[in-house]
Amino acid sequence: MKILVCVSKTPETTSKIAFSADGTTFETAGVQYIMNPYDEWYALVRAVEIKEELKKGSVTLLNVGPSSNDTVIRKGLAIGADDAVRINAEPSSSLFVAQQIAAYAKEENFDLIFLGKETIEHNGSEVGGMLAELLDLPFISYANKLELEGTSASVSREIEGGIETVSLETPFVLSAAKGLAEQRIPNMRGIMMAKRKPLKVVEPVAFDDVVEVVQYTLPSAKAAVRMIDPENMDELVRLLHEEAKVL
Amino acid sequence: MVLVFAESQNGKFKKAAFEAVTYGAKTAQAMGKDCAVLVLGAAEDAGQLGVYGASNVYHIEGAGLDQLDGQVATAAIAGAVEKLGAELVILSYSSTGKTLQGRVAARLKAGSVSGVSSLPDVSNGFRVKKSVYSGKAIGEFEIKSAVKVVSLMGNSLQPEASGEAVAVESLSVDLPAPRVAIKDVSRIEGTVPLPEAELVVSAGRGMKGPENWGIVNELAKAVGATTACSRPVADADWRPHHEHVGQTGVAIRPNLYIAIGISGAIQHLAGVNRSKVIVVINKDPEAPFFKAADYGVCADLFDVVPRLTEAINKLKN
Ligand SMILES: Cc1cc2nc3c(=O)[nH]c(=O)nc-3n(C[C@H](O)[C@H](O)[C@H](O)COP(=O)(O)OP(=O)(O)OC[C@H]3O[C@@H](n4cnc5c(N)ncnc54)[C@H](O)[C@@H]3O)c2cc1C
Ligand SMILES: Nc1ncnc2c1ncn2[C@@H]1O[C@H](COP(=O)(O)O)[C@@H](O)[C@H]1O
Repeated sequence: MKILVCVSKTPETTSKIAFSADGTTFETAGVQYIMNPYDEWYALVRAVEIKEELKKGSVTLLNVGPSSNDTVIRKGLAIGADDAVRINAEPSSSLFVAQQIAAYAKEENFDLIFLGKETIEHNGSEVGGMLAELLDLPFISYANKLELEGTSASVSREIEGGIETVSLETPFVLSAAKGLAEQRIPNMRGIMMAKRKPLKVVEPVAFDDVVEVVQYTLPSAKAAVRMIDPENMDELVRLLHEEAKVL
Repeated sequence: MVLVFAESQNGKFKKAAFEAVTYGAKTAQAMGKDCAVLVLGAAEDAGQLGVYGASNVYHIEGAGLDQLDGQVATAAIAGAVEKLGAELVILSYSSTGKTLQGRVAARLKAGSVSGVSSLPDVSNGFRVKKSVYSGKAIGEFEIKSAVKVVSLMGNSLQPEASGEAVAVESLSVDLPAPRVAIKDVSRIEGTVPLPEAELVVSAGRGMKGPENWGIVNELAKAVGATTACSRPVADADWRPHHEHVGQTGVAIRPNLYIAIGISGAIQHLAGVNRSKVIVVINKDPEAPFFKAADYGVCADLFDVVPRLTEAINKLKN
C-alpha cells in the first residue's frame, strides 16, 4: 500500500488566543505549535501500522505550509513516515489546501489517503471531502476502525448516536477520528532516523481564493458564575426553570 | 435561489433538517430570493418541509441515495444546483453534512464555510460567522464565489413554522454508480444522540468509579437529558466511548450542560463551551470549570446530585 497522510500544524490547545488590532491575523507570538492531534495520533499511526502489518509499502507525509512547519513534519517522520512533502504556501483556505494536495497526489497514485477528521483551530472538516472530489475518489469521514484485506477495506465511522460500517475498494480518502489507532510517542531511534529522511519542497499551483477572513473576535467575557447554596437545590431548579428557561 | 439539502434518516426528517430549512428560509428572505429544499432517497412527508419556509421541495431518487453514498449524493446536489440555478447551498453540520460539504464545494468551485452558527450578513457581500480555535474565538468570513456553500451548526436556531406543506416535485439528474456499500448501522436506542441533545448531564473522574453512575443516570432521567462524560472516564472504560465529549470526543452545543465532578480542563471545555447554560457541581472551589459556568454548586457530588434530582422531580410533578 502506498499511503499519503496529510498533516496540518495547529496551535497547542492550551495556547492563549489573540489577534492583531484589526482582528484579521492570529497573534503567533508565544504560541506553541503541534501537529493536529487527529492527523498525528490516528491518521499517521494507522498508516504506519498498515505498513508494519503488510511489511511493505510506504507512508508519505504531506503538509501545505511554510518552512517553519518543518519541525512538525520531522516529528511525523520520527513517528514512522518514510518521507515527506511540503507544499510551500500559506494554507489560506480549505479549498486552497485541497487543490494543492490534489495537484500533488494526482501524479502519485496513492492507494490510501488519510487526513484528520478536522483541524482543531478551524474545525472545518472540509479538506478531506474536497480532496476526494478533486481526485474522484470515495471519502469516508470520521473513521474509527479500518481493516484491509488486499484491496478491500471495511471501515467503521461515527455517526449521530451510532456507528456505521461500510465496505469499499482502494483507492479512497479517509478522515481519522479517535479509535482508529493509539497515539505513539517517537523514540530516540525514530528521532535520529527522521533527520535523514527525505523532505521534498514543492511549489504551489496557482489558485484564487474565494473565502476571506473578515475578522476574528473574542467571545464576550462570560458573566461571573452564580454560586448556589448546596443546601438549596430548589433554588437552582427555580433559576434553571424561570431565569435560564432550560428546564 | 437558496437550496437547502434536508437530511433524512431511514426516510424520516429530524430536527437538524428543520433547523436547516428555517435557516435557509430566513437567509433567502434577507437576500430577496426563494428557498427551495432538496431531499434525497427515502423521504417521508417531505412536503411538510414547506412548513418551515420552503417554497418548493425537490426529490431525487437513485441507487446510493437511500443510504447516501457521498459521491452519488454530491452529484445529486450539484446537479440540482445547476438545474435550479441555486447560488447558495445549505447543509447541516452533521456526520452526513461533514462528508458532503467539501465534495459539494469542490465540485461547484464554491467558497465554503462549515459549522456556521448565525444567519449570514448579506448587506455587504456574503458574510458568515463561526466559532474557531475550539470555541475560543469567533471568525467572520466572506465568501466571494458565485455559488456558495455553508453548513449550519446544530442547535443554533429554533425551527420555525412559517408556511404550509407543499407538493414534492421530482427532479432527475445523472448519477454515478455507488462505490461504497453500507454493511451495518448500529445506533444506541432510546436516548437522543449527544450531538443532537438539548439537555446533557455529564460526569467525570470525581465519580470515583463506574459503580457510582446510578445518581448521574437518575438525574439525567429526571431532566430528560442524554449522558456524557470526560475523557479519562471513557479511557478507563467506566463509560462507553461515544459519551466522551471534548476536543478529542464529541463537540456539543446543548441548551443545558450539567457537569458533575469534572475539573474543566481546556480540552474538555473545547467540546462543551458553546453550551447555552452550564451548571457545575464540584467540591473544589478552585476547579477551573467554575470560570466557564453560569451556575455553580461547590459541594460533594454524592450528597448534592440526589437532592438536585429530587428537586427536579418536584418541579416536574
Ligand atoms: C490533547 C489532549 C486532548 C484531550 N481531550 C479531552 C477531551 O476531549 N475531553 C476531556 O474531557 N478531556 C480531554 N483531555 C484531558 C483533559 O486535559 C483532562 O485531563 C480531563 O478532562 C480531566 O477529566 P476529569 O475532569 O473527569 O478529571 P479530573 O481532572 O481528575 O477532575 C475531577 C474533578 O472532580 C472533582 N471531584 C472529585 N471528587 C468529588 C466529589 N466527591 N464531589 C464533587 N467533585 C468532586 C475534583 O475537584 C476535580 O475537579 C485531553 C487532554 C489532552 C492533552
Ligand atoms: N495545511 C495543510 N496541509 C496538509 N493537510 C492539511 C492542511 N490543513 C488541513 N489538512 C488536513 O485536512 C484535515 C481536515 O482539515 P480541515 O478541513 O481544515 O478541518 C486535517 O486533519 C489534515 O489532515
